[in-house]
Amino acid sequence: MRYTPHTDGDVQRALDTIGVDSVDELFESVPASLLDPPIELPAPLDETQLLDQLRRLAAKDDTLSPSFLGGGVRRHFLPTVTRHLAMQPAFVTAYTPYQPEVSQGVLQATFEYQTVMSELTGLPVSNASMYDGASAAAEAALLAMRATGRDRIVVSRGVHPHARQVLSTYLRPLAARIDVLDLDDLVTPLPDELDAAAALIVQNPNYLGRVEQLDGFAEAAQQAGALFVAVADPLSLALLRTPGEAGADVAVGDGQTLGNPLQFGGPHFGFMVVTERLQRQLPGRLVGQTVDADGRRGFVLTLQAREQHIRRGKAKSNICSNHQLAALMATINVAALGPQGLREMAEGTVRNAHALAARLAEGGYPVLNDGPFFAEVPMRVSRDPREVRRDLHRAGVRAGLPIGAEYGLGHAILLSATELTREVEVDALLVALAQVGERPREATRG
Amino acid sequence: MNIPETLRYARTHEWVSEPEGGVVTVGVSDFAQDQLGDVVFVELPSVGQTVAAEDAVAVVESVKTASDIYAPVSGTITEVNDALEQAPEAINEAPYQAGWLFRIEATDSAEREGLLDAAAYRAACEEES
Amino acid sequence: MAESDFPLIFERSRSGRRGVRPPQVDGPPVEGLLGEGALRQAPLRLPEVSELDLVRHYTGLAQRQFSIDANVYPLGSCTMKYNPKVHEEAAALFADVHPEQDPESAQGVLELLFELKQGLAEITGMDEISLQPAAGAHGELTGILMIRAYHQARGEDRQRRVVIVPDAAHGTNPATAGMVGYNVVEVPTGADGEVDLSAFRAALGADTAAVMLTNPSTVGIFESRILEIAEAAHEVGAQLYYDGANLNAIVGKARPGDMGFDVVHLNLHKTFTTPHGGGGPGTGPVGVKAHLAPYLPVPLLRRDDAGYRFFDDRPDSIGRMRSWYGNVGNLVRAYAYLRSLGTAGLADVAEMAVLNANYLRVLMRDEGFASAYERTCMHEFVARPPDGMRTFDVAKALLDEGMHPMTVYFPLNVKEAMMVEPTETESLETLDAYAAALGTILRRARAEPGWLEGAPRTTPVRRLDEVGAARRPLLRWTPPD
Repeated sequence: MRYTPHTDGDVQRALDTIGVDSVDELFESVPASLLDPPIELPAPLDETQLLDQLRRLAAKDDTLSPSFLGGGVRRHFLPTVTRHLAMQPAFVTAYTPYQPEVSQGVLQATFEYQTVMSELTGLPVSNASMYDGASAAAEAALLAMRATGRDRIVVSRGVHPHARQVLSTYLRPLAARIDVLDLDDLVTPLPDELDAAAALIVQNPNYLGRVEQLDGFAEAAQQAGALFVAVADPLSLALLRTPGEAGADVAVGDGQTLGNPLQFGGPHFGFMVVTERLQRQLPGRLVGQTVDADGRRGFVLTLQAREQHIRRGKAKSNICSNHQLAALMATINVAALGPQGLREMAEGTVRNAHALAARLAEGGYPVLNDGPFFAEVPMRVSRDPREVRRDLHRAGVRAGLPIGAEYGLGHAILLSATELTREVEVDALLVALAQVGERPREATRG
Repeated sequence: MNIPETLRYARTHEWVSEPEGGVVTVGVSDFAQDQLGDVVFVELPSVGQTVAAEDAVAVVESVKTASDIYAPVSGTITEVNDALEQAPEAINEAPYQAGWLFRIEATDSAEREGLLDAAAYRAACEEES
Repeated sequence: MAESDFPLIFERSRSGRRGVRPPQVDGPPVEGLLGEGALRQAPLRLPEVSELDLVRHYTGLAQRQFSIDANVYPLGSCTMKYNPKVHEEAAALFADVHPEQDPESAQGVLELLFELKQGLAEITGMDEISLQPAAGAHGELTGILMIRAYHQARGEDRQRRVVIVPDAAHGTNPATAGMVGYNVVEVPTGADGEVDLSAFRAALGADTAAVMLTNPSTVGIFESRILEIAEAAHEVGAQLYYDGANLNAIVGKARPGDMGFDVVHLNLHKTFTTPHGGGGPGTGPVGVKAHLAPYLPVPLLRRDDAGYRFFDDRPDSIGRMRSWYGNVGNLVRAYAYLRSLGTAGLADVAEMAVLNANYLRVLMRDEGFASAYERTCMHEFVARPPDGMRTFDVAKALLDEGMHPMTVYFPLNVKEAMMVEPTETESLETLDAYAAALGTILRRARAEPGWLEGAPRTTPVRRLDEVGAARRPLLRWTPPD
């Protein structure tokens, strides 16, 4: 059938070789009551029908209207050459590099990825990537608990809600305690105390887009015997103070902004980079440099004795795979753009985000832009932000990411801009906002 | 197979020196290092840690395995072999000298007597092979 | 520094060289907008290469990489089947939807995901599906967390601290149990390749939270007593977890739900041919029976009068397992596969997978590589080299034949294990060639002592010093001072 090559002759030849009379005989160990259940699936489609079906579905999605959606995942410039190189069949259809002699492509690319992440974050040792930023943050908390022997995590509310939720899910069975540090004026205050804390986790730029100062957190953590975990936007690190410069022990985050398409939320990748002394606590795969029998440089998976296939029940984590292809695409993207291109993208993002905020403020909209921000900025709205978002969509603009009630901002949305945002799009946003009844200039009067 | 007469041995392949001032030195035997293959890393217990006989207190890693090391006697860890961090191969090259793992201030001298002597350990190894 | 014939991208860098230029945005200096103190001071030592150098580098790396598209890759339990190219077209159609779009503007991708959920539920015989988990191991974690929540809700979590796994289990099983704070008890695999039922019964008790099984097992044998196993587990109030790694043997022909499993995870990157990508991303959806549905991760995709949307309001949920909704890019590919094959196509997958595995098993046996369990296998089998020959060395010699070795030294309960899974997309001629290559290696190894240990010789690098790599880890490139 579709991808199986067997002719009737092949099947017969195979059966003869095996020494059975029918394929059914090969399934004799399956209890008869279990065999051939009534599975109801739609009739199979040929390639033309399949593509028609997919295009019909895709036509129901809006991917063209101006977008101001962020929330940590943003539409940035992603050159064609990046995708073309990452999606080469040799990279796409390869397996985990367990036979290094024939996997130098993936292994070397991963070594390059580890170097890129180390350079961006300013910390020395990166793993080969994880599922996403949220689970990477949760794994960082687990690492801190192992390294300190403690079970309390202090995390800023500025850390992405998804990361905090996943942290909560991962820690619940371990009877660990999570204390959330509320923001003060949209940034993280220094914690009053970190008694018996394993880690202090702060995100920069934070979820509300604000650039955090990061002063004092490392010292406070160190004094309390805790680890300082910095959650970062990797593209922003072309411009902003790095976790390494801020004295962090661990840097984690989501890699999407470094060069992955949106894909309705995934797959992207998470990164984790640590100090030298924590390297054997790192979960996930690691690629190291070595030499072969002829003295040639080569790369191998290393320090595998940390991992599940060796430590089994005592592994650092149950993680088996990494998000290799997504990390590869980001690595290629970084090389395609170079440090100057990355910096220009980051600067363009900052300029466009500030220009967006300025135009909204000029229009009298209640943008909360009292401090420096990177790519995103909160704005108050007059009613349930999910309704605002729906109405804005109907008015031809994708905007209005709802900010949760936990931030105490009332009805509020997150607006985002990148180096791709154009002025005509901002024009459209302003028109749409007015159209859906967001007219704060009038509302603030009287 | 090198099995020094002066030492005692656990069935799990740890050797224990004669006590000096109540403190014994512990390592893994020549048989064990051969089974483990090239050692790449050792996780040692902490100085001051209290251990009971047969507790898993250390881990020896090779490229493809991680093996638990068990305290052969009860007591307190007084010293660990820090040099192994930079040179874990000492366990392969000199398992009874430079490859020692840690020292225990033993609480019960009878425990060491209950371990295998060189002849009994040799027999046990031959059974295992 | 060692001699190398392939530079790092960093070593191709030349100061000032530019590759692709992003859109330029004029405006005030960012120091003014952000404040000097917010900016990075450390240099950013990233590669500066031209676009052509970039292309040469990564094209060259691709040429140093083995792949399914290049040759046969019979890794046991990995299911290295052909990745259809039309799936790439499928994925591209949904690449630009933002996860926070109003659901009205994303009804296409939402409908696709919903249909995929329904299809997976049908195939597995389960009541409800979550598409969230990013990998098989992630699905396992999700499943075990749900089981824990289930026991907690009945006030039995404190007493149920044990998870039972077969000794042949994949390492992720005990590692997952450990992450959730459980103790792991292993039960032996019998000489027939199936779990030792009496040892299993003896291990079960009021302290058992869960039993994690793969079926067929990791040695490629169907657990023929699965209905008894399920009954025994349920009798003590334990939950039965299905590791879907080996679903390719029975997809379309038998369902874990019918066997009595309470929760399953699927590896879409195995059974549903989403690309392995050099190690990931995978995708590990979980399916549950109705009694566990309240514990599924949030958000959950449902359909109502307004259309398809995600729902957060699930008070008993274990919570979120990851950001957003799932590895949608790969879920789209799996959907395309499902729609292309239908029920008959999936049953054909299992039948041809099992046919191919048994064919290769017999061929390899005839070449001197006997199976560890001399009986009909399912989609994979465990073989061994003749006495005195090491699996490691045979694997390296296969590399010189241009073929990929099978999985080596797994499962742990078989010495010198070679776990072989050809999959259903390989032709008999390919399997003939694979077995013949093994035969050639065997004969030459016997005729020329020392030859085998020097393999591989024709690959881009030869055997690598893994001991040195682990003793003195060098995990990034550093610029010369």
